[in-house]
Amino acid sequence: MSVTSPTGLGVSRSTSDGPLLVLDDLKTHFRTERGLVRAVDGVSLTMERGESLGVVGESGSGKTVLSRSIMGLLPSTAVNHGSVKFAGQEILGLPTKQMRHLWGAEMSMVFQNPLNSLNPLMRIGKQITESLRLHLDMDKSNAEATAVQLLRDVHIPEPEKRLRQYPHELSGGMRQRVMIAIALACGPTLLLADEPTTALDVTVQAQILDVINEQRRDRNMSVILVTHDLGVVAGHTDQVAVMYGGRLVERAPTRTLFANMKMPYTKSLMRSIPKLDDPSHTRLATIPGRPPDLVNPPQGCRFAPRCAYVRDKCRTEEPPLVQADSPDHVYACWYPVGSPEFIERDAEVKASGLLTASAGVGMAG
Amino acid sequence: MTDLTRSSGHDTDHPHLDDAAASLVPAIAGIESHEVPGDGTEVAAKRRVGWGFWVSVAWIAMVVLAAILAPWLPIDDPEVTQPTRVGERPPYPPGSEFWFGTDQLNRDMFSRTIWGARTSLTVGFVAIAFGMLVGGTLGMLAGYFRGKFDQGVSFVFVVLLSFPALVLAILITALLDRSLFTISVTLGILSVAPVGRVARASTISFADREFVLASRTLGAKNPRIIVRELLPNVVIPMSALALLGMAVAVVAEGGLAFLGLSVEKGSTWGKLILNGASSSRDLQEAPWMSFAPIIVLFLTVLALNFAGDRLRDYFDVKEAAL
Amino acid sequence: MAGVGHAHLREGDKVLAVEDLVVEFKVARGATVKAVSGISFDVLRGETLGIVGESGCGKSTTGRAIMQIPKPTSGSIVFEGQDLTKLGTNDLRKARTKVQMIFQDPISSLNPRRTVRDSVMEPLDIWGRGTKAERELLVDEILESVGIDPQRAAESRPHQFSGGQCQRISVARALVLDPTLIICDEPVSALDVSVQAQVLNLLEDLKAKFGLTLVFIAHDLAVVKNISDRVAVMYLGKLCEVASSDDLYARPAHPYTNVLLKSIPEPDPDADHSSASIIGEPPSPVNPPSGCRFHPRCPNADDLCAREEPELRPMGDGHFVACHHPVEVAVTVGAASGAQSDAPSD
Repeated sequence: MSVTSPTGLGVSRSTSDGPLLVLDDLKTHFRTERGLVRAVDGVSLTMERGESLGVVGESGSGKTVLSRSIMGLLPSTAVNHGSVKFAGQEILGLPTKQMRHLWGAEMSMVFQNPLNSLNPLMRIGKQITESLRLHLDMDKSNAEATAVQLLRDVHIPEPEKRLRQYPHELSGGMRQRVMIAIALACGPTLLLADEPTTALDVTVQAQILDVINEQRRDRNMSVILVTHDLGVVAGHTDQVAVMYGGRLVERAPTRTLFANMKMPYTKSLMRSIPKLDDPSHTRLATIPGRPPDLVNPPQGCRFAPRCAYVRDKCRTEEPPLVQADSPDHVYACWYPVGSPEFIERDAEVKASGLLTASAGVGMAG
Repeated sequence: MTDLTRSSGHDTDHPHLDDAAASLVPAIAGIESHEVPGDGTEVAAKRRVGWGFWVSVAWIAMVVLAAILAPWLPIDDPEVTQPTRVGERPPYPPGSEFWFGTDQLNRDMFSRTIWGARTSLTVGFVAIAFGMLVGGTLGMLAGYFRGKFDQGVSFVFVVLLSFPALVLAILITALLDRSLFTISVTLGILSVAPVGRVARASTISFADREFVLASRTLGAKNPRIIVRELLPNVVIPMSALALLGMAVAVVAEGGLAFLGLSVEKGSTWGKLILNGASSSRDLQEAPWMSFAPIIVLFLTVLALNFAGDRLRDYFDVKEAAL
Repeated sequence: MAGVGHAHLREGDKVLAVEDLVVEFKVARGATVKAVSGISFDVLRGETLGIVGESGCGKSTTGRAIMQIPKPTSGSIVFEGQDLTKLGTNDLRKARTKVQMIFQDPISSLNPRRTVRDSVMEPLDIWGRGTKAERELLVDEILESVGIDPQRAAESRPHQFSGGQCQRISVARALVLDPTLIICDEPVSALDVSVQAQVLNLLEDLKAKFGLTLVFIAHDLAVVKNISDRVAVMYLGKLCEVASSDDLYARPAHPYTNVLLKSIPEPDPDADHSSASIIGEPPSPVNPPSGCRFHPRCPNADDLCAREEPELRPMGDGHFVACHHPVEVAVTVGAASGAQSDAPSD
């Protein structure tokens, strides 16, 4: 299926019919003085064309390293295992020379801090047309016209004027839109957005997420949205993958996930977020302790040291990914939400008030 | 793991990678080490200065020690002409009797080099100490108080930097004398500006941090903030700079000696080199007379530079992890 | 939007009363940033006032102005009956012991070269309170009440702790002088979600335990609602709306508040996630718009809004709004249906 985007560029150049992205037991480890940091430790998932996947996790969960691993943007100290197939082609471990053909043209990335990602000494127009001329061999006037259209696509007012401006002359929100325009310039099939709105105001955040979504629909592009914000994921993704300690701990279609969370971690995370509907001074549920040390992860389930529902088995044996009620919902827990053990412990926990323990428990961290 | 647990943030500087990846340092020789020190929270940073650092420190220590203990070491008097050999005229090449050979007046080069170290290293040390004291203080105060005071001090720095160093040296030595003290202080004055600028920049970057603001809100007065909060932090990049600065001063002294402007009494490395290179015949027939001090000077300066560099890297990395 | 309204000020035991605060900075090329342009508010004893707004609204500047860092351009800041703006350096220093501040960046709030315990002890050293033994005892006690092991604190430096722990240490340091008022400037913005909850709970506990009054500045509305009794919304140096927490979120009257609330991504796939109708980008505080500062971006703006600056007017029940055309209809934002309750007990 080939849809022409508003810029007139065809998308989905690759013609294979299978899923766009397949990760199979992807591992990314870093060699450091302290030891081997297992930043990503066995992640498998599948993504279709035009789909939006949210990767959710906190610091140390490995979500950023995951997105970098998919793009192939890792430092030389990284060691990769497993496989990453993009449009049927294995791209894990490909040399930079070959990856360069993919970057910008088939897969693009939008980063968190637009101030750092844009070249401060280059005019906006040049930064966009650079990519166009490199990958699509456009001549100057063609490229500029395309650039103007791209800026219009991302709703930047007065796009012709912007071409001649420098990054510091634009606001944070506008810079991020420019980043998106650059990323979209050559009509990639996959867009990776790594915390694209974290550094922005909440009103601007909403606008940026809308732009990404709009472009996704128009171009039938796949989007991987890496974020820590469950709210962002709830409204803007089809599928959600929750990461913890370098592993994929739960994956489900968005609606299913929020309606039926299986992992105590995901559940605890939800409970610790203050929500607008709650009255003020609602006691927040906390997760004691800190994310695990990726050099020496705990034996057994990585969340066990912090889980209020932990039992002996959790500490010794690592739970595998199993299916929940539907085949596209998987999770990794011995005693998931809804299981008899969980319910039993939940009652105890609520009775003792442990669930809403104050920060005093944090001493362990 | 230095876990910063940052996720959301407004205009805060986020590392692009997870912190585990952000604290990367390639393992030495690419060997994977599975040993984790302590409870794993502290990165074993010490190893990062490397063995080269310690070799440099050892060399410097050895030279300094030899220089200090020179009067008591069992070496020849550097000014005394040694008894000549039958049939051979000095200068004698390096051998078992004279490790570095002798000069035209048959004076032991090895002991002359060691005694030369006394002066050269003293000049280097005093110069940089002066620079640190004066330049460091001015820089810190300028960086902390900013405003008109900062503008004044920065102007002074610019003037000092623009003033041709050689002309200043010539002027001072012509007007005053060429004692060890004068030469050292002259070089010290020349180091005030470079040191001061580093001190100022370092202070500015720390003074912006919230712990300084916190100190103020807790009621600390300025002197206390400068001494207890800023100084311990600024001292670190400064000490790395001190080593580098000392190297520069020692080389500068060598340069001055070549122009005949160095310390009048006694020998310095510069003077020794000059003595050995004063005629091309000497250089060709008795190269050890200048090469011995040249090599020792070179190794010492190299050691100072290297150690200073490693020290700076070590502290820079730790800063980044914060 | 008001600057010139005092209708919302109350009677009662006020710990802090700010009136007509103006803070302006000169920047390069002769321009002046009008960070705060005449706001007034009060905080009753034992209350938590939340100040919320996006970047550039002046909320952080307000927090620092209360501490007189820097001294505001004009206006009065009355703390426990004393106008801080009129105090001399020494008197100000003494008054400051009762008003403390917690900052956004947890790691940079602590001196990297000192042990954490030293940093917490510093205020006592500055003011020479008690003997060495008494100080150590107090510090250890307070460290324990924020959940930090005193032994570890005595031996460790900030970089050996996590962000959440560093923030707790900063709280401990703020408590050591037994302050009346603590100003929290975005204290949880740089923390992970799960750690955020720990610190928020901690602040609530400590508030109860030590009888504190809090001013909580943040950009995250859900967080502010959770911890505050009363919330003030700021935009470009002015106050838009002041109300009790529950009221503000249940019945936002100012169009800007409405937009803010609608923009928050709720962790609920069925909620409305389309971006609210707000036009363009925030203008620069160097050249703020005339009349109501929000009018260029407001969907309801008219000529009056461009001409005249609105004053804070009462809407009933301690709810005040500065708008010529406030939204009268109750808008329940964020909940798909009122019946859903996402309280922790689910």
